Amino acid sequence: MRGITKRFGGMTANDRIDFQVEKGEIHCLLGENGAGKSTLMKVLFGLYRPEEGNVEINGQPIGQMSPRLAYQLGIGMVHQHFMLVNNLTCLENIILGNEPGSAGVIDKKAARRLVQELSEQYRFDLDLDAPIRELSVGMKQRVEILKTLYRGAQIIILDEPTAVLTPIEAEQLLAILRGMRTQGKTIIFITHKLKETLDVADRITILRGGKSVALLGAAQASPEELARLMVGRDIAFEIEKPPRGQGDVVLRVEDVRLLPNAQATVTFDVHAGEIFGIAGVEGNGQQQLEEIIMGIGRSRTGKLLYRNADLMEVPPRARRDLHFAYIPSDRLKQALLSGFSLEDNYLLGNQYDAQYVRRGIVQKRYLKTCTQRMMREFDVRAVDSLQSAGSLSGGNQQKFVLAREVGKDPPFVLACQPVRGLDIGAIRYIHSVLLRLRGEGAAILLISAELTDIFQLSDTVGVLYKGEMMDIRKAEDFDTQTISLLMAGKKGEEPHAVQA
Amino acid sequence: MPFKHKNRMPPVVGRLLYSIAAIALSLVTAAVVMLIAGYAPVKAFGAMLNGAFGSANAVANTLSKSIPLMFTGFAFAVANKAGIFNIGGEGQLYLGALASTVVALALNGLPRIIVLPAAILAGMIAGGFIGGLIGFIKARLRINEVIVAIMLNYIVSLFTSYVVNGPMKAAGSMTAQSEAIAGTYLFTKVIPKSQLTTALYLGIGFAVLIYFLFRSTRIGFNIRAVGENPEAARPAGINIPLTTIGVMTFSGMLAGMAGVTEVLGKYGRFIDGFSPGFGFTGIAVAVLGANNPFGILLTSLLFGALEAGSMKMSYVANVSTNMVMVIQGLVILFVATPEIVGQLIARRGEKSDG
Repeated sequence: MRGITKRFGGMTANDRIDFQVEKGEIHCLLGENGAGKSTLMKVLFGLYRPEEGNVEINGQPIGQMSPRLAYQLGIGMVHQHFMLVNNLTCLENIILGNEPGSAGVIDKKAARRLVQELSEQYRFDLDLDAPIRELSVGMKQRVEILKTLYRGAQIIILDEPTAVLTPIEAEQLLAILRGMRTQGKTIIFITHKLKETLDVADRITILRGGKSVALLGAAQASPEELARLMVGRDIAFEIEKPPRGQGDVVLRVEDVRLLPNAQATVTFDVHAGEIFGIAGVEGNGQQQLEEIIMGIGRSRTGKLLYRNADLMEVPPRARRDLHFAYIPSDRLKQALLSGFSLEDNYLLGNQYDAQYVRRGIVQKRYLKTCTQRMMREFDVRAVDSLQSAGSLSGGNQQKFVLAREVGKDPPFVLACQPVRGLDIGAIRYIHSVLLRLRGEGAAILLISAELTDIFQLSDTVGVLYKGEMMDIRKAEDFDTQTISLLMAGKKGEEPHAVQA
Repeated sequence: MPFKHKNRMPPVVGRLLYSIAAIALSLVTAAVVMLIAGYAPVKAFGAMLNGAFGSANAVANTLSKSIPLMFTGFAFAVANKAGIFNIGGEGQLYLGALASTVVALALNGLPRIIVLPAAILAGMIAGGFIGGLIGFIKARLRINEVIVAIMLNYIVSLFTSYVVNGPMKAAGSMTAQSEAIAGTYLFTKVIPKSQLTTALYLGIGFAVLIYFLFRSTRIGFNIRAVGENPEAARPAGINIPLTTIGVMTFSGMLAGMAGVTEVLGKYGRFIDGFSPGFGFTGIAVAVLGANNPFGILLTSLLFGALEAGSMKMSYVANVSTNMVMVIQGLVILFVATPEIVGQLIARRGEKSDG
């Protein structure tokens, strides 16, 4: 790819990018969110048409790329969101749109033989007759990869493939990719994670702000260097987490059933000055826990005790009166009114506070002052406080939500996936704010699918699997291996500690 | 994808300008239709303008025709702020009209200062009851408000029809209508011998009230928040069922007011089937007025003018009064279509995101 430029409106997503991949290598395309990685690959795959530049495959210039042509040229793409039909089997999904046979009759035997061969060749370990809906995320991803291979792909693009996987699944995926490389396939691996990049890549291209800033061999790269190239400045890896003494129990979740078919209920305490991290693959009851704590959902059993008062049957408003801070897992959907001004958004959740609304009348001038002050304090970058929330970047939206929620000394903070989709700078900022709150004595419940998050911040860690708490320990008593096993539902290779 | 282009809602002024352009476009299109049909559009529009604004009486006529439309327009706009599509204005209007008639007749003999407010209040309560009922069914039973409202329109208007055909039918009357309400209990006429009454001032008063409600109050903010994103409103402590029921009650009260102004301003009694679809035209008025109360005042004036001018257009230029309906239809087409297309594009954009 030479001199690729792609613009969206006034935004240049790709700015004269040169990108070259050699046959039989694993090439990592590394960059922060918004660096232009996905855009570049969508240009390669023919989903976007670039304003400038051209694509060459095996030295042949390609005039107008389209997904169909891409497939004919042996390029396959595995998107972040899977495109599978849930009630068909693996086999049916793989051959969908490319069924062998003639005159409208599918030759199932031939299809099975072909797919089986491929599956064994690359050690996919798939049950071809299982319906898709019964498969884990990792398995679904394999189906997607197999689909591209079945269609004869020689070059396979994977868009952030590990984002949805458990650490173990991610390891397995990397192993499969290495196997594919030895069989002569070319792999383009889009990611923003440094570790897996260094693990698997032969060469690395780094994008920053829509430009290609470096191309280097994985052998001579170090994580510090990669991070510096990605972000454009030095990044400290370790964050300071001062020790603290155990405070009182602020929030106690007692005997709560998260999923209807869970075998056990969940019980844990969050203390003042503590960050309690909930690790686990998404979809294991995190959302239910989030909703129960905020009073949106309910559990038929158990209690939600805030300083010994049961909040289970109390509406969300009461949490606002207690100054609970809430950073929901989906900020655009659950925390922001995207078409409204930042001032209006600042009012959301504060509208029962007498400072902002007196006798039913919104105190506009005060609201404006507060909004602007918080935006300065939390470094929210916007044109002004009347800009609409939806027009901010993801990082700024999250900082804005954080500013609003933690602005008034919350006794309890519920932070769900607080750094999802953010770049390194914003992540570090959000981590530092959470740690500051911890220092000020807030009880913080952190729900995150990112293990790095959990380990960097938490004092205590609980692992959630299928609506059950697999284990709760001090963070330092866990290692990545144990936690990964627990996240996958495997318990008891070693005697496990009871509740901390 | 950080590059996603966000649709920012254009400010109210922009949307009003947009509405004006749509109106101009529909007038031009109507002119073309008239030319094809062999009429003289310039003459027709001239007559219409004359009929709507040519004299004090014409202006009074225009204004009086706009009164029920501004109220049904408010009713739709208020509910729409909470994301609710109140298509039940027609039923709310009928019950409001009937209730105010009943109260005015029942209190006959008492002083005007008591009867008039009581009749207005009764109309608003009755309309609010129907609106609130729709809100309750939506909030508690989770049934789509459009279906409930449309069915209630039939039930209520047929009920009022029964009442004035049977128990409340005026003695010796050939048509289905109630007894006449004593003249002292009706709205005062602003211009004698016209149908323009002081109900107009109520309309302007409500416009100011609604503007203030959404600009400066917590209740207004909560309603807007629910309309924009209920999922975010809930954890912020807003009681969504209560807001839904409340806003629908208010919406119904406003639609009820439309019925009240017709009874106590125009006819002095309840006449079976008196509304030519004010409840539905109110939707167009609200959309065209960008859900802004002052915008609605303007667009209801426009619709009133079309209505008032149509008679003159008919006898001067010999163009059927139905032409006015064509123009109204075109206005709706030119305003609503881009809106719908815009929404569809935004939805597609969301899907392809990521």
